[in-house]
Amino acid sequence: MALKYENFLRMEHIPHMWCPGCGIGIIVKAMLRAMETLEWDKNDTAMISGIGCTSRAPGYLDMNTLHTTHGRALTFATGIKLARPDKNVVVISGDGDASAIGGNHLIHSCRRNIDITLIIVNNNIYGMTGGQFSPTTPVGSRAATAPWGSIDPPFDLSQLCKAAGATYVARGHVGAAAPLERLIRGGLKHRGFAVIEVLSNCHTQFGRRNRLSDPVELINHIAAKTINIREAAKLSREELKDKIIVGLLHEEQREEYCDAYDKLILKASAAAHH
Amino acid sequence: MPDTSPKRRIEFWSGNEVIAEAAITAGCRFFAGYPITPSSEIAHLLSQRLPMIGGKFIQMEDEIAAMGAVIGASLTGAKVMTATSGPGFSLKQENIGFAAMIEAPCVVVNVMRGGPSTGLPTALGQSDIMQARWGTHGDRPVIALTPAYLDEVYTETIRAFNLAEKYRTPVFIMIDEVIGHLSERLDLPNDDEILIVDRIRPTVPPDQYLPYDTSNGDVPPLADYFSGYRFHMTGLNHDRSGFPTTDPATCQRENERLMRKVDANLDDIIRFETTFTDDADIIVIAFGSSARAAAVAVADARDKGIKAGLFRPLTLWPFPEKEVREFAVRVKGLVVPEANLGQLVFEIERLVEGKCPISRVNKVGGVPIYPGEVLAQIEAIN
Repeated sequence: MALKYENFLRMEHIPHMWCPGCGIGIIVKAMLRAMETLEWDKNDTAMISGIGCTSRAPGYLDMNTLHTTHGRALTFATGIKLARPDKNVVVISGDGDASAIGGNHLIHSCRRNIDITLIIVNNNIYGMTGGQFSPTTPVGSRAATAPWGSIDPPFDLSQLCKAAGATYVARGHVGAAAPLERLIRGGLKHRGFAVIEVLSNCHTQFGRRNRLSDPVELINHIAAKTINIREAAKLSREELKDKIIVGLLHEEQREEYCDAYDKLILKASAAAHH
Repeated sequence: MPDTSPKRRIEFWSGNEVIAEAAITAGCRFFAGYPITPSSEIAHLLSQRLPMIGGKFIQMEDEIAAMGAVIGASLTGAKVMTATSGPGFSLKQENIGFAAMIEAPCVVVNVMRGGPSTGLPTALGQSDIMQARWGTHGDRPVIALTPAYLDEVYTETIRAFNLAEKYRTPVFIMIDEVIGHLSERLDLPNDDEILIVDRIRPTVPPDQYLPYDTSNGDVPPLADYFSGYRFHMTGLNHDRSGFPTTDPATCQRENERLMRKVDANLDDIIRFETTFTDDADIIVIAFGSSARAAAVAVADARDKGIKAGLFRPLTLWPFPEKEVREFAVRVKGLVVPEANLGQLVFEIERLVEGKCPISRVNKVGGVPIYPGEVLAQIEAIN
């Protein structure tokens, strides 16, 4: 079914400010389709972001939206969710925003298992600030601050989030929109902290410096590196060496933070009445 | 005549406990914090008390996160507070500026200790005065309260929430370690003596709502998230709709409005106490624990026949400029004791413009200023 854009977008703020061919459009659309399928009420939904190209997404969305400081979106989201546990809270972030300046908030949100869905648009670069290397820039790739090729080993964001306690971890990419929509839908439905890492293209800043300046070429390059988790299960470690596994990587049920808080309130208020 | 007024509840609390209790009275139902001496007792007490009344306490992963969480919760309509000390206050500054920019009501307590850096974590300092005024980048309005006695800590904490709600801005409660940790008797006000202010919420239909609509004054009504009013907030310069703009005239207008929320309401925001200032030849200007020492020094000076007085700002920012300018042209001199190497004195020098001498008393060793040290300066001027 075709997405009814005008139901979700603040059409008066379109056209958006992203570069032509940017993967974020695919990601935002996949998210909106997932919300539409789940029949989420936009009055009951908050979208929060930090700083960077990705952070501009909430401004285009007709919901309760907040564009915060660099790296800190999850902290604001935590305050919103804990104050209103009955509402939907979604954070959209880039790789630098989420895992460099916001890395501490990322791991602690995972640990807390608060019912927030985090979508990380991982394009391996700081796009808006001019193409500096990020915590996910591959070793050897060039960036504005790595003119000789990056020597900094990158994070595997999904593994990081899983290790830190996220109870839903999925990875998709912009070359496969339908699976991405399913992965995001799963994250939105999941009760607990859900992370969807989306491999995306920044041909403008990453591609231009790494002989992948054509968006389609870069998306194909990303797609070629990925392998579905079911296919990956059939391959040896050696065969998987240069592959990025995509799909639903981890899902578990563990007590959600606001649920635990409700129990704490019952305990404390019972004590108050004695 | 017998006293027929209703009996007041008497408590014996520390300053930090007073802040926590007063916050609850003021309507605070959300607190996010991070452990830091000497403010932690505020978090201890609220972690116990807030869940008992259905409120929320959360210990975040760092100071920055605590500031972010309270701003987020504020946007849902909750009255919110965080508490910290110097190093944490520094970490919070970026998000404090964000709260000022999006105009989110919140209360930030700073129980000041010795600095710079880790400094003297368990001992007093009063050296975050200028950090409160100028700590975040960019120009923004500042309201900072500095109560010195615990009954006043109670009422000023409630006032901090009221001002935050009324002016849609962060409000600081700046006490020093001595005030945070001393205990004294409090005669709590009765409920009918307490004024509680709530933020103004919009009355227009949601589709007509602008989060920075100033048609009824400089403080725009603020809708709660999830109330059907879907709106956008950003730390970028924005127009009345809340969406980013780089239009020079709009940026100028909105930044000036932010400042005007405070600058045009000084009489409502500024509070101070004067003791013997009417006929004083020498006036001491002090806040917090230094003001308590100064009060004793002034009384001692009067006993010695010296016409000394005390001017004690309860609102440190915006500073009571008018009063100090008036002192400058009629006194022999001013004395400014403060537990730092000279911060408030800069503001006073600016206002006095050389019209009278100013003596400083500065201590940064972690011990309070003593009355005798203030008295010595009073006597020296006399």
